Amino acid sequence: MRAPPSTVRASKLVTNAVAVKSETASIAATKSGHELLLFEALREGLEEEMERDPRVCVLGEDVGHYGGSYKVTKGLAEKFGDLRVLDTPIAENSFTGMAVGAAMTGLRPIVEGMNMGFLLLAYNQISNNCGMLHYTSGGQFTIPVVIRGPGGVGRQLGAEHSQRLESYFQSVPGLQMVACSTPYNAKGLMKAAIRSENPVILCEHVLLYNLKERIPDEEYVCCLERAELVRPGKDVTILTYSRMRHHVLQAAKSLINKGYDPEIIDIISLKPFDLHTIGNSIKKTHKVLIVEECMRTGGIGASLRASIMDNFWDYLDAPIMCLSSQDVPTPYAGTLEEATVVQPPQIVKAIKQLCG
Amino acid sequence: MAYVMRSSPSVQSGSLAPHSSASSVSSSASSSSYILRLGALNSQRSGRLSITRRAIGTANRRTRKPHGVSASTSELVAEKPSIKNALAITREEGLILYEDMVLGRSFEDMCAQMYYRGKMFGFVHLYNGQEAVSTGFVKCLKPEDYVCSTYRDHVHALSKGVPARAVMSELFGKATGICRGQGGSMHMFSKEHGLLGGFAFIGEGIPVATGAAFKTKYEREVLKNDKADAVTVAFFGDGTCNNGQFFECLNMAALWKLPIIFVVENNLWAIGMSHYRATSVPEIWKKGPAFGMPGIHVDGMDVLKVREVALEAVARARRGDGPTLVECETYRFRGHSLADPDELRKPAEKAHYAARDPIIALKKYLLESGLVDETDLRSIDKKIDEIVEDAVEFADASPLPPRSQLLENVFADPKGFGIGPDGKYRCEDPAFTAGTAQV
Repeated sequence: MRAPPSTVRASKLVTNAVAVKSETASIAATKSGHELLLFEALREGLEEEMERDPRVCVLGEDVGHYGGSYKVTKGLAEKFGDLRVLDTPIAENSFTGMAVGAAMTGLRPIVEGMNMGFLLLAYNQISNNCGMLHYTSGGQFTIPVVIRGPGGVGRQLGAEHSQRLESYFQSVPGLQMVACSTPYNAKGLMKAAIRSENPVILCEHVLLYNLKERIPDEEYVCCLERAELVRPGKDVTILTYSRMRHHVLQAAKSLINKGYDPEIIDIISLKPFDLHTIGNSIKKTHKVLIVEECMRTGGIGASLRASIMDNFWDYLDAPIMCLSSQDVPTPYAGTLEEATVVQPPQIVKAIKQLCG
Repeated sequence: MAYVMRSSPSVQSGSLAPHSSASSVSSSASSSSYILRLGALNSQRSGRLSITRRAIGTANRRTRKPHGVSASTSELVAEKPSIKNALAITREEGLILYEDMVLGRSFEDMCAQMYYRGKMFGFVHLYNGQEAVSTGFVKCLKPEDYVCSTYRDHVHALSKGVPARAVMSELFGKATGICRGQGGSMHMFSKEHGLLGGFAFIGEGIPVATGAAFKTKYEREVLKNDKADAVTVAFFGDGTCNNGQFFECLNMAALWKLPIIFVVENNLWAIGMSHYRATSVPEIWKKGPAFGMPGIHVDGMDVLKVREVALEAVARARRGDGPTLVECETYRFRGHSLADPDELRKPAEKAHYAARDPIIALKKYLLESGLVDETDLRSIDKKIDEIVEDAVEFADASPLPPRSQLLENVFADPKGFGIGPDGKYRCEDPAFTAGTAQV
């Protein structure tokens, strides 16, 4: 458990990221903190880790001189040099494999996919090498790589730039996968992922990069395996992640006005699931709604439903509801794109259906 | 120096087989130039070494005929004045090379035996015939250097110093295997010996090797360790040279001048696909200069020639001059794997290469040059027999991995299995350590 905010010293790492709203408020009250946008938070986390450990390096397309397509690595090449922030040719499979080889021999690389979709080209290396090498080598080699990039449905970016790939990677044994949703957890997860000895996929979202939040000045690291309790409640458990967290929060305003008391959990860890936080909530509310941006078929929600049924069947008063995006390639047209993703009115409707 | 430029298919056509002019080219064209080159091994002959131009991608070498134009053998083969003992090695070096190749051959022969006796399973790809490439390159390396291989990796592992016991055990699927029985034939890894794998999909090891070379550069330039000079050798086959990862890595290695050597073990066949049926420009060495690195073509059945090329390529990489692409003309005496009936390759082609057995060739050279005598070689043969027998006995006697090993090594940090419903990390659950947990 985290020490009360008033005793947090600058050197103490805050490792528990169960940020209940009231606690976040008290952080802001005792320490000034600083406001920044999500992409800046990612950069801050990255920069701190690069300063801390000279083996940490970044590679990807346009991460160096261009500063990153979403500015996550802006200024880092000037500070750390072209080799530590390596501009690669357009060869995802090979530079991801290169990161694996570099990790095996002692470096700690971070691979940036300009868009998560581009990492489909690196699937060979991600599945076979990142996921498997520690096992097939009998534990001899570790692969401490972080693979990160923006995914999800944006603003009319077209089907290929609007992919929801969390589900594609979730089955790969040997990988951990987390999704950030606020500047606070973005920085914390970035740092945790870099420090982890496991290969971690950090899913960012194209539309969340400009989210603003006040985060602590002192150093903190989030826990890769722990979910975040966003809003405590007692009527229903809403499990969500990434951009959908914000759609849920928007829907929650309407729900609270109507007298509902939803407990909102950002699962953070898409693989593995934090069944403790999730389970404790279900034991309280007995009803679950999953809101995700993933496709319905074989998505994160599908796995989560199965997991909940396996572990918490006796605590459920109703079937688990799951709102996922449509199983369609994301259309370009704005109206169709909007209909592809779960929108707040749908969430409100689902809760009414679930809770009566 | 004797590098043979294999003539392109259109230069000469043989009549060995009506439908496969390509394979007949390699036998007929090569045989003429190899007769010339065998003279180099036999110091009792006139000692005239015949070589072709070395295929280095420097712009001023415009002496090659364009592809498709026929040329006579004498134009292809430029004579060089003989240099006595041009391939001189010491007695010690000769014995090391001989021992390593015999170890590779005996080990692989034993693997075949063990497989047919039901001790080893799955896909097993043997290296018989290609020993000169592994020995020629790996024996030039330092212990800190890295080797990255493919599924045909047993002999690379042995050359790099992985004990025969550990490799055989791994093949038997025992807990004492180099990868605890978790990798198998196609996934040999050794952190201690710098063996980065063992990969089942072709081409996927090349980026890993490129990453290891990148790490050397990083260590020198970012971590400011000027003693960092580890070189990486990536071995792969002719089939891989049509794969994207090959070209992508040639580009990156040349771009950043990485200390890596790309060694193509061109044995002409990718399972049943002839190299000539799969490749528009079959001369793989030519692809090096296209990316800005030297492309060398060497007789991969001759360990001394391979070694000579290897020494130069390794020195080049170590001093920071960047990568080299080396195409070794070699041949596998057995099928692609122990499951391959090997019906497509012509007996004449097999006979041609069997006559160029690298071990017999080296033996002949060592004896005829007076560096060693029969008893030296026989004692090595005996020693190797004992090592291989011991490896089998060790593997046989070793325990199978227990159930508890199942979930170990999935994650370096087992917290990656997550937090269970009880709030504890799953890896703390006793069922986890017993290997019976469902994760």
